[in-house]
Amino acid sequence: MAWIENRFEQNIVTTTVDFLFNWARKSALWPMTFGLACCAIEMMATGTSRFDLDRFGAGVFRPSPRQSDVMIVAGTVTLKMAPIVRRVYDQMPDPKWVISMGACANVGGPFDTYSTLQGVDHVVPVDVYIPGCPPRPEALMYGLMRLQDKIDRMSIARKPTDARLDEIKDDMRISQAALEEMDRIDLKI
Amino acid sequence: MDFFVDYILEPGVKIGVIVLVLPLLVGYLVLMERKLIAFMQVRLGPMRVGPHGLLQPIADALKLMLKEDIVPRGADRLIFIMAPVVALVPAFIVLSVIPFGPSITVPVPDGFQWPLQFVEREVPLFITDLNIGVLFILAVSSIGVLGIILAGWASNSKYPLLGALRSAAQMVSYEVALGFSIIGVLLLAGSLSLVDIVNAQSGDGHWFVLYQPIAFIIFWICGVAETNRAPFDLPEAESELVAGFHTEYSGFRWSLFFLAEYAAMIVVASLMVTLFFGGWLAPFGLRLLPESLAGIEGAFWFSAKLLFFIYSYIWFRASWPRYRYDQLMHVGWKVLLPIAIANVVATAVLVLLLEG
Repeated sequence: MAWIENRFEQNIVTTTVDFLFNWARKSALWPMTFGLACCAIEMMATGTSRFDLDRFGAGVFRPSPRQSDVMIVAGTVTLKMAPIVRRVYDQMPDPKWVISMGACANVGGPFDTYSTLQGVDHVVPVDVYIPGCPPRPEALMYGLMRLQDKIDRMSIARKPTDARLDEIKDDMRISQAALEEMDRIDLKI
Repeated sequence: MDFFVDYILEPGVKIGVIVLVLPLLVGYLVLMERKLIAFMQVRLGPMRVGPHGLLQPIADALKLMLKEDIVPRGADRLIFIMAPVVALVPAFIVLSVIPFGPSITVPVPDGFQWPLQFVEREVPLFITDLNIGVLFILAVSSIGVLGIILAGWASNSKYPLLGALRSAAQMVSYEVALGFSIIGVLLLAGSLSLVDIVNAQSGDGHWFVLYQPIAFIIFWICGVAETNRAPFDLPEAESELVAGFHTEYSGFRWSLFFLAEYAAMIVVASLMVTLFFGGWLAPFGLRLLPESLAGIEGAFWFSAKLLFFIYSYIWFRASWPRYRYDQLMHVGWKVLLPIAIANVVATAVLVLLLEG
């Protein structure tokens, strides 16, 4: 869809198409089969009979990043693993999303050490952070539903990355100075 | 006018129906698979997308179309783009000789004058009745393997190549036993035409599964292996080969492979119904509808048997772990093939003795 994205800024209302496309995208969120540590066990449990991620249409765990839509970073990201996480993210086709699952993936968790990345958002843009150590399957499902809400706000008139940036601008915790700095270096999250 | 109706209108309408219906059927087959496997694992399966997940295939298909289309930098671009089509087209072509039912009577316009004059016309529920139907199916469906090898080669990546080689080895070796298991049926029917094979099974309880139970079981197993389904899904064993030959394919191109796999599944299941379970014939000579609607009843019985075998595929997938590669080759070459050959010889001798 590269030929249409960002061509029409905010001038044309694309509600119905947006609704259909967003509905399709949020209804078929295929996760990457990708677990790093103990959070992955909870992620697997989410796919099984008691919780069943497939109810949301998100139970198709694809082995190849080329066929998946959402990467659930489940567990501690070590410095050695970080480039691989980044590569897997780069291999996924757009539109793609990242769920950071658990304290380690969010901020490094208890591992404030020489070997651990202090939050996966240092290497990939994260859409949803799920707290917990590890988060319960219900929390992962709640995170998935929040991601669906987020996808609902997408528009073909804007790139997903731009939508993310707007969201950060809405967030009062980011200071004006930081935003100006981001604009200055033309950083796209 | 007759030429137009015989050679353009009638086949055109039938081909159009198949080309339009098959992708939809495949979509809902996937939903059926997800739901059934979920039930077998005491889950619910897709529930949120439409009532009981009924819109899930549409959402999946639309999403796949909206995804970015990646062609890796090192890939052989032309072959990479061509491979899914090469895999898909044979699966569709093969459906042209599958008899879905006997004839139905429909009114067709008689000439182009206005107002339209309609005449009754017998329309058989298959595109064509080739006198070498079985041979045609075996020959054309083998081209599908080529698509898989091309995909693995063109991706220029390790796992797709390994997956493609495995897939080719598996499909070639199981095709041998599959071919031999069909010969028993051909000896009984005395024809390669699928319609003739079905007609040879008419009469009460003369389905070939009763005469050729061993051949049927071999065909069933080889059919699963031919379509790369569990427990023979080694080509895409995700714990060893990522996603096998379609590792580098994304979005719509990948869904073409998916479509090809499920279309091949439908083809093998319908072949199984046609060869061993009497095609469109009703069990025990049952008759639910009046004689004039025999075509619709035949199509119903065909679909019912077809659905049963597709259900069995899903059941296999939910029940059995994957074969190891050497076990796969062992079963194919050392078990199924000798039994199939012995079956052919025994059938030939019996046919000769009883008919001669």
